[in-house]
Amino acid sequence: MAIAEATVPRESEHTDRLNHTWGRSRGFLGWFSTVHHTDIGIRYMVTSFVFFLLGGVLAGLMRLQLARPNNGLIGPDRYNQLFTVHGSTMIFLFAVPMLFQGFGVYVVPLMCGARAIAFPRLNAFSYYIYLGGGLLLWIGLFLNIGADAGWFAYIPLSGPQFSPGKRVDFWAQMITFTEVSALGSAICLATTILRYRAPGMTLNRMPILLWEKLVLSIMVMFAMPAVMVVSGLLLLDRLIGTQFFNPAEGGDVLLYQHLFWFFGHPEVYIIFLPGAAIMSTIIPVFWRRHIFGYTPIVVSVVATGFIGFGVWVHHMFATGLPQLSESFFTAASLMIVIPTATQFFCWLATMWNGRLQFRIPVLWIFGFFFIFLIGGLSGVMLASVPLDIQVHDTYFVVAHFHYVLIGGALFPMFAGLYYWMPKMTGRMLNETLGKWHFWLFFIGFNMTFFTMHFLGLRGMPRRVYTYNQNMNWGALNMMATLGVAFMFAGLVVFLANFLHSREYGPIAEHNPWKAGSLEWATSSPPPPYNFPYIPTVNGREALWEAAPNQPVVSGIRDDVPEVLVTNSLDADPEYKEESEGASLWPFLTALAVSAAFVGSIFTAWAVPIGAVPVIVCLLGWLWPRGHSPSPRMAEKWSQ
Amino acid sequence: MIALSTTTSNLTLAILGDPYHAGQHAALNPASGQAAHIEWLYWLLFWILAIVFVLVMATLTAAARKSVTPVQEILDISRENPGDEGAAWAVGTAVGVTVVTLLVVLVASVVTGKRVEAVPLNNSVTIQVRGHQWWWEITYPNSEPYLTVTTANEIHVPVGRPIVVLTDSGDVIHSLWAPNIAGKRDLLPGIPTSFSFQVDKPGIYHGQCAEFCGLQHAQMGFAIIAESLDQFSAWYRQQLKPAAEPANEAEARGRDVFLTHACVMCHTIRGTTAGSRYGPDLTHIASRDMIAAETLPNVPGALAGWILDPQGVKPGNHMAPNILAPDDLQALIAYLQSLH
Repeated sequence: MAIAEATVPRESEHTDRLNHTWGRSRGFLGWFSTVHHTDIGIRYMVTSFVFFLLGGVLAGLMRLQLARPNNGLIGPDRYNQLFTVHGSTMIFLFAVPMLFQGFGVYVVPLMCGARAIAFPRLNAFSYYIYLGGGLLLWIGLFLNIGADAGWFAYIPLSGPQFSPGKRVDFWAQMITFTEVSALGSAICLATTILRYRAPGMTLNRMPILLWEKLVLSIMVMFAMPAVMVVSGLLLLDRLIGTQFFNPAEGGDVLLYQHLFWFFGHPEVYIIFLPGAAIMSTIIPVFWRRHIFGYTPIVVSVVATGFIGFGVWVHHMFATGLPQLSESFFTAASLMIVIPTATQFFCWLATMWNGRLQFRIPVLWIFGFFFIFLIGGLSGVMLASVPLDIQVHDTYFVVAHFHYVLIGGALFPMFAGLYYWMPKMTGRMLNETLGKWHFWLFFIGFNMTFFTMHFLGLRGMPRRVYTYNQNMNWGALNMMATLGVAFMFAGLVVFLANFLHSREYGPIAEHNPWKAGSLEWATSSPPPPYNFPYIPTVNGREALWEAAPNQPVVSGIRDDVPEVLVTNSLDADPEYKEESEGASLWPFLTALAVSAAFVGSIFTAWAVPIGAVPVIVCLLGWLWPRGHSPSPRMAEKWSQ
Repeated sequence: MIALSTTTSNLTLAILGDPYHAGQHAALNPASGQAAHIEWLYWLLFWILAIVFVLVMATLTAAARKSVTPVQEILDISRENPGDEGAAWAVGTAVGVTVVTLLVVLVASVVTGKRVEAVPLNNSVTIQVRGHQWWWEITYPNSEPYLTVTTANEIHVPVGRPIVVLTDSGDVIHSLWAPNIAGKRDLLPGIPTSFSFQVDKPGIYHGQCAEFCGLQHAQMGFAIIAESLDQFSAWYRQQLKPAAEPANEAEARGRDVFLTHACVMCHTIRGTTAGSRYGPDLTHIASRDMIAAETLPNVPGALAGWILDPQGVKPGNHMAPNILAPDDLQALIAYLQSLH
C-alpha cells in the first residue's frame, strides 16, 4: 500500500512542525483545554462505559430483588429509583453517547481523512455537558433522591401532584443536558461528513458508516427537540405551576406520550443504526471482500431514518386510540422491517461470497445476528395491535427491547471495540480472553432475557418490585438472575483483557486487519494531526482501491492548524481554513451552563442569574483573536 | 383456526415442557373469545417468525462454514466479486418474500383486531372501572342510584354475557389487564374509554395493573370472578343491600370502633354514617376473597395485620397505621367479617 508511506507519520521536520501545531499542551490545563476529536471521543467512550457498568450494577440489584417471590431485599421506593436510573442511564448516558458520540467523534474525522472534526470546541463543550447531565442523575441516586418515575416519566405520575420533591426534576434536567450534548455532536458530525471528506470521497464512495452517522445526525436534529419540549413542559408544570399536562385544568396526559415517543422511537433507531453501521464496516474486513449491496444498504439506512419517525404510536396501543389509526401504525411499524431485513440479506450475501478469516469481532457479529434477529422478530409481534395489548408493559417487552438494544447496539459495540481498540491504544487485545468474554456474556444474556418472554406471556408486568409466590414466576426469575452472574463475569474478563492489553498487548500495526477505510491509513494510535498528508480516495474502500501511486494532498500548512474543506457532493477541494485550537472556554461554558441548568431546578432565578456567566463564557469563547499568522479568510483552492 | 392453535399448543408443550403452566394466569390460556383470537394470532406469528429465524440462522451458519479460511496470512482483496449476480437475485427474492410475509402479518393482525372488537352488545353488562393508587373502584352504573353497585378490586361478571368496561382514573395512569380475558387497557385520567369482552369459562381470573403507577404498582391486583347468571344476580342483589346490622355485642362494638377511629375518614359502609370515598367501599367487605387489592386473603389474621400495619405490608400505600387496643381490634374484625 503505497499510500500508507505518506499517511503514516514518520520522523521528519514536517511531522515535527505538525506535532508542535496540533499537539495538546501538557498538564492540568492541557487536559481541560484539549479539543481534539480523538481525545474527546475516547472520553465519551470511557465515560459512557463507566455509566454502562454502573447501570449494569443497578440491573444486578434489581435481579437480586426479583430472584425470589416476596423478597425483602429492596423496597419499592429504592427499587423505583433503580429501574428509572438504570433505563435512563443505558439510553441517555450509555447507548447514544457511546455509539453515536463516542465512536462517531473518534472515527468519523479519521474515516473522512480529515485533520480534525468540524467545530472542535462545540464538540468538547458537548462532552462536558453530557458529563454534567450524567453526574446530575447519579448524584441524585446516591443521595437517595434519584428519579423514580420510569425512564419515560409518564405524566401525571411524574407531575407535581404525584411526584413532589426534586427527584423527577433531576431526570428531566438530565434530559436537557444530554439532548444539548447530542445536538452539538450531531452538528459537528454532519458538518464533518459533508465538508471535511478527503478529495475523491464523493457521496457515492462514502463508507456506509459515514452515511449512517449523517442520517443519525439529521435524526437527532429532528427527534431531540421533541423530547426537549416535553421535558421542558414537564419542568414548567413542576417548577412554575403551568398546567400543560394537568387533566384537571384541561391539560392532556396523552400529549406527553405523543411528544415523548415522537422522540422515543427514532431514538431506538439512533441506537440501532450505529450497530448496523459497525456490521457493514466490519463484515467486509473479516470476509475479505467488498460489501455486497452498498446502494441498497445506504438506501435502507436513509429509509430507516424516515420511517423511524412514523411508528411512535405503537408504544401507545393500550391507550385505546381508534382502531384505524392503530392499524396505520401497525403498517408503518412492519414497514420498517423491510430496510432492516434488506441490510441483513446484504450482509449474508457478503458472507456467502466472502472468505471468512476468523477473529474476535466475528464472534460478536454472529452474536449480533442471533440476538438482534430474535428481538426483531418479537418486534414484529409487538407491531400487531391485538398481540401488543396482551404483552405491552410486561416482561415480554422487557425481553424484546433488551434483545433489540443489546443485540443491536451492545454486541456491535463490542465488535467495534475489539476492532478499533488497536487503533485507539496501539495494542491488540487478547483473543482467548475475548472468546471467554463473548461466551460468558452470550450465554448469560440468553439465560436472563429469553426467560423473560415466558414471564411476560404468563402475566408478569414490568416495573414490579416484587411478586406473589402463587403466581409461579419464581423459577423463571431465578433463572434470569443467574444469567446476570454470567454477564458480569464476561464483563470482568473484558475489563481485565482491556487493562492488561493496553499495557502489554502485542503492538498493533497501522492496519492490523488490512481494512479498507481511511482510519487505518495512519499510525495506531493516530498522531494529533491524524495524517501527515491528507489522503485522496479512488473508491468506496479507500485503501483497498488505492492506486500504487495514489497521490496525497500537499499545500496544507503545517505551522497553523489548517484543515481542507471540500464540497458536499463530490468532495472537491474548495478552500482551507484554520481549525479552532485548544481552549478552556468550552469547559468553562459547560460549567456555567450546568450551573444554570441545575440551579433552575431549585429556583427560577437561576435562569436570569445563571445566564450572566454563560454570556461571559460565550463572549470569551467567540471573541475574535487576530493572532493567526495566515489570512483566516477562505483561500480559494488552486487545483 | 381452533385446530391450528390446539396443534401448535400441543407441539409447544411437547418441545418446551409446558412453560405456561396450562390452566393458569397466562395470555396463552384464554377464557374468553377475545383472548382466544389473540392466542390464535400469537401462534400464527410464532410459527411464521420461527421459520424466518431458522432460515436466517441456517444461511448464516452455511455462509460461515462455506467460506472459512485460516488466519495465518490475511487475504488480499480482489477487485472481482464473484457470485454477486446470484447474490443479487437471492437478496431481491428474500426482500420480496419479506414484504409478502409482512403483508400476511398485517392482514392477520387487522383481522384479529376486528374480531377482538366485534363483541355483540345486546344484553351487555356495563362496568365502570376507576383506577386509584393502588386499588380498583368497581361500579355497576344504573340510571337508578339505588340499583348502582360499588365495590372494589373484585369484578363479578356473568359467563356468556357481553361485558362493557368503561375506564377512568382518579389519579395517575393505570392499566387494567387480566391476560386470560383480554388485552390491557390504560385507565387515563381525563380521557374515558371503553372496551368489551365476554367470558366463556366460569372461574376466578387474576389481573394486575400493567402501567407503572408508583410505589405499590407491584401489588395492585384484581380478580375477575366469572359465574353463572344466577350466581351473578344473587351476588348483585346482595351487594345492593346496605351493610348488615351487627348481630351481637362484639360486632356492635366493632362498628363503634370503625365509626370513631380513622377508618371513617376514608371508607364507606352504606347504612352507617361512614361515607368517605377516598378508599374502597367496605359495605360488603366480607363477601370478597382478598383484601388490599388482592394482596392478602380475607381472613381475620391478615385483616388484623393490614389494619395495624398497612405500611409494613405495602410500603407507601395511602392507608395510615391504626393503633388499636387488642379488644377493639378483635371487635372491629368481627364486625368487618360480618359484612357479607
